[in-house]
Formats: sequence, C-alpha cells, structure tokens
Amino acid sequence: MEADAEDAQRLATEARDRIRFEEDALALSDQVYRVARHLASSREDADELMQETYARAFRSWRSFQPGTNMRAWLLRILTNLNIDRGRRQQRAPQMQPLEANDYYLYDRLAENDDGVSDEDRVVERLSQDDIVTALSAVPHDFRDVIVLVDLGDFSYADAAQILDIPVGTVMSRLHRGRRILKRELAESALEEAT
Amino acid sequence: MKDPCAHCEEMMQPYMDHVLTDAELHEAEAHLAECEGCRRRYRFEESLRIYVRKAADEQMPAALREKLAALRIPLD
Repeated sequence: MEADAEDAQRLATEARDRIRFEEDALALSDQVYRVARHLASSREDADELMQETYARAFRSWRSFQPGTNMRAWLLRILTNLNIDRGRRQQRAPQMQPLEANDYYLYDRLAENDDGVSDEDRVVERLSQDDIVTALSAVPHDFRDVIVLVDLGDFSYADAAQILDIPVGTVMSRLHRGRRILKRELAESALEEAT
Repeated sequence: MKDPCAHCEEMMQPYMDHVLTDAELHEAEAHLAECEGCRRRYRFEESLRIYVRKAADEQMPAALREKLAALRIPLD
C-alpha cells in the first residue's frame, strides 16, 4: 500500500515536471523560430523543422538538465535534425564562397551616391529582401554561425556546443561568413542599381 | 609598414565584437580618431548589423504555434 502511494507520488511529480518542461519549451518557441527560420532554407522547411524539433524535445524531455540553457538545448536538436534530414545536400553544390574585405560593401554602396553623409541612409539602400536572400546564399557552415551569434545572440561557446565544433572554428567562420554576406549584399545591391 | 586603414579594416569585426586586446583597441581608437574614412565605415558596420537583425527578424506564424502546442504529450 505504501509502495503504491510512493508510486503515485512519483508519477504526479514526473507529470508536473513534464508539464513545466513543455510550457517552458513552448514559451521559447518564438525565439527558437527566429533562428530556425534562417538555419532552414525556406519558411516551409523552418515550419517542419520546428515541429520535428518540438516533437523530439517533448519525447526526450528527461535528457534536459534543469537549470541549463533550454534555448541552446532546443537548437542543438534542431541543427542535428537539419543535418540529418540532408536538406543541405539538396542545395546547389557549394562553390568556394567569394569573400570581400570588410569595407567592400560600404564602398560599393557609397560609390553610387553623391556625397554620402549619413551611414544609416547608405544601409537603407538594401531592402529586407536583399538581406534575406543574401543570407540564404551564404553557405550553410558559415550561415549557421552568423544566424546563431548575430541573429540569435548566442555566445561563441554556446554556438560551438550547438554545432559541435571548436570555439576557434566558430570565430573564424563568423568572420569569414560576415564577409561572404557582405559580398552577397553588394552583388544584389549592384544588380538593382543597373 | 602596413597601410593603417587596411589594418583598421582588419580590426573592425573584433572591435565590434569586443574581443580586441587593450593594445589593439588603443591602436584602433587612435586611428579612428584621426581618420574620417574609417570612422564612416565603422559607423556603417554598426548600422548594418542592426539593420540585418531587423530585416531577418520574422515572427512565428500563429498556425505553427498551435501545431507545436498540439505536440505536447497528453497526460495518461
């Protein structure tokens, strides 16, 4: 009888912990989506990836250690699923990405302007579409890091853990990735100008 | 000697990421204080980072939010 009561108590505690876990995970879904949207290649992919991630997270909730970073834990699942699904292989074969120096984009945007005075205005020559398109054109190894650090506000250490790569690799990919992104942005801005 | 603007360009990302050493930071700031061209390009980088974040920020569709909530495992 006493064992039954203990069992019931244990089950009740577990149910309560699980519900709390699910609520916490769902409360983070907006933040996870912001990152997922650009890790995935399209809105449709991001939608599927989110559902797969949450289905897996809810099944394996016991492996989450309370008190650790749940957003990073969810994104670790999401990036693994993204790789597993082989979505990346479906993309066009990766060419050696073109990088520009860090001043390149500003110089290209400013050269079409007569007397640039306000840097904010120069930035506004880029449309939201330019940015989303340019981001999706950055090869995935570089894009993953840009998305996690620059859009998702993850630290280098968190990004390294999520992607299972060394911190030094995160830093070098971030540096190169931003340059590739700027090169892509310059391309699309120049196309529009001609 | 290396072109000081080219060197300043190299330091731009680590400067924005706050990972320069004290000596490098001092060097970058000394150059920026006297070089309008590099200052403009640093300001542009700051604006660009903010702008990219804003442009890439997409709200989760309401339908997806409902689908995720429906994935919760029902209590026995």
